[in-house]
Amino acid sequence: MSFQPVKFYQTGTFTVGNRLLPDAERSVQSTVRRHNSLNSGHRACQGCGEALGARYAIDAAMEATSGQLIAANATGCLEVFSTPYPETSWQIPWVHSLFGNTAAVATGIAAAMRVKGRSEVRVVAQGGDGGTTDIGFGCLSGMFERNDDVLYICYDNGGYMNTGVQRSSATPPAARTATTMAVGPTPGNPFGQGKDLPAIAMAHNIPYVATATVSELRDLEAKVRRAMEFRGARYLHILVPCPLGWGHDSALTIRMARLAHESGIFPVFEAESGEVTGASKIRRQVPVEEYLRPQKRYAHLFSPKPREDVIRRIQEAADRNIRKYGLLETTP
Amino acid sequence: MLKQTEGSHAVAEAVALCRPEVICAYPISPQTHIVEGLGEMVKSGDLAPCEFINVESEFAAMSVAIGASAAGARAYTATASQGLLYMAEAVFNAAGMGLPIVMTVANRAIGAPINIWNDHTDSMSQRDCGWIQLFAETNQEALDLHIQAFRLAEELSVPVMVCMDGFILTHAYERVDMPTQAQVDAYLPPFQPRQVLDPQEPVSMGAMVGPEAFTEVRYLAHVKQMQALDLIPAWAEEFRKAFGRDSGGLIHPYRTEDADTIVVALGSVLGTIKDTVDALRDQGHKFGVLGITCFRPWPTAAIREAIGNAKKVIVLEKAFGVGLGGIVSANVRTSSGSPDSVYTVIAGLGGRPITRDSLARIFLEVEAGTAPSLTFLDLNRAAVDRALARERETRRSGPIAEALLRDVGLVTAQLR
Repeated sequence: MSFQPVKFYQTGTFTVGNRLLPDAERSVQSTVRRHNSLNSGHRACQGCGEALGARYAIDAAMEATSGQLIAANATGCLEVFSTPYPETSWQIPWVHSLFGNTAAVATGIAAAMRVKGRSEVRVVAQGGDGGTTDIGFGCLSGMFERNDDVLYICYDNGGYMNTGVQRSSATPPAARTATTMAVGPTPGNPFGQGKDLPAIAMAHNIPYVATATVSELRDLEAKVRRAMEFRGARYLHILVPCPLGWGHDSALTIRMARLAHESGIFPVFEAESGEVTGASKIRRQVPVEEYLRPQKRYAHLFSPKPREDVIRRIQEAADRNIRKYGLLETTP
Repeated sequence: MLKQTEGSHAVAEAVALCRPEVICAYPISPQTHIVEGLGEMVKSGDLAPCEFINVESEFAAMSVAIGASAAGARAYTATASQGLLYMAEAVFNAAGMGLPIVMTVANRAIGAPINIWNDHTDSMSQRDCGWIQLFAETNQEALDLHIQAFRLAEELSVPVMVCMDGFILTHAYERVDMPTQAQVDAYLPPFQPRQVLDPQEPVSMGAMVGPEAFTEVRYLAHVKQMQALDLIPAWAEEFRKAFGRDSGGLIHPYRTEDADTIVVALGSVLGTIKDTVDALRDQGHKFGVLGITCFRPWPTAAIREAIGNAKKVIVLEKAFGVGLGGIVSANVRTSSGSPDSVYTVIAGLGGRPITRDSLARIFLEVEAGTAPSLTFLDLNRAAVDRALARERETRRSGPIAEALLRDVGLVTAQLR
């Protein structure tokens, strides 16, 4: 893995830690050069993980392309909160067409740039997990398969939050949504369903696939930068906690993302041409309960009757991820 | 240059002369030969610079065209039937965003029951999507309309659908006059987009619009189409001067001046209708024909003028609104001083041949006042009655289409 995380455990945040780094290693977000591609004043909820993820990712992409970037955006929270016309938060050329066609729209933009000989202009497509893993899946797979020169970024908050928190194929097992209600003998989303989209992307043998969370800013930026070094189809899957849908305190967004990583719930890795090339290691595995407990979508696992059986299944899934991707740091 | 060629290839060549920059292809009969022809030209380097993209669905085809057009490229695709319905959401979106995409629709029936043959149900289902809809009568007109369509689309920032009858035109080999590149270049200026995604001048496109402005945005789309009512005949005239033939325009009247009964229709069936009317004229029946080339925008004034003096109007159409009757008829009635004198004849559904004998029979019945206001031409009434009887007799009467086919038996020999 090309990116080596810098540890600032004394501060707990890379924002302060940045000052201790040489210029070249500082995050894009910490520099005065940052583009503010998704500018302030938008209508995202307090603590919105998607707003953070999009800001980090697009600013990093702008930095990597020297400002030569066009974005296509799926219908969803990001689209709605960023463009309440006559206001727009986007400081870059940006187009929204439909919910399910973003990858194809991006393909069209990339084709237009190629035919006009403007190969320096790069294209990003972005959407939530519903627009990516469900309704936009056909167009996404087509874009991957043709190896079109597009970086597709999925901001995964595990459900259709814009329409009022319904289940998507990215909703995790046991999670309560408006369509996987916390009632009956098996409350919440069923086990054994859902798509592992990073793995599906890898199965297309595209040049680059990576996952990231909003808790590891420099890792996320490094992956965007790395993605932009390739031509062809690239996929970045960013876990973005949603205070509204997950039911956690809006101050805990970064913490929830970090716990998802450190528990093994969400493996953070990267892959080239279908092969995993590196994974972000976990120093100390956190029990999944620490991740689940602050989220109201899992409240039915803790009261009125603790569902240790269900928590155990979630723990097993996290442990599987840790084995599969070799996530635990080994003591030298 | 005169040449003997297939309708689809004629259209492919005409589209290539328009210098498209992005072409999206997804196979569906009877459109496929068009994109095959274009694909070969791109791959061989004869059409360059141009990106030919094999997409995974018609929804993606229109979406790629949307992206390409929004980024300032001249974009083209072709589809038919189920494909047009599968891309419907993006078809509306392209129009709503004002992206001047040109698309050929090789008209074909819509299932179920699945049917690959010609009628107009596909285009008619999208008549209110905001695209300009032009219907070609001949292969010559089909190729000419594409050249006009790009100019019209780009001038108004409105997408244009060129509709041509599947198989009847797309697969027919006949003589066409293929213009030269110089002629087309002189007629069709380079694409100057009104809106474009460009890092040098960033804009946001596709924002949500609420009740405060939605009506105005939609009304502007209507205004653009009303402007097209002036541009289409003006540019058809310019086309006539530049290319030496009449193609396009809003309507094509034929022997209507003194006609008592005018037959209105769209597309390739107009040839058969004109032959039928010529024969009836020889027998002293004063029929005329009105071909509608531009279905959207609806040329109200031109049609009102053309049918103004006729006592009766027969609308012969290859689609119908289930539970209502004629779709084109409903439009014609809005342009008629006496809507009750407008008769609907539904014909040619799913590729059923429309014969001169059948046309003459129904035309004369309307003239004599013995036809109902809505007729399904050559309907096998006995088979329908038997199907209804079966449904009365048995609750589980089974799948409708299959039972009817079993009843009718081998049918090919009966079609003329």
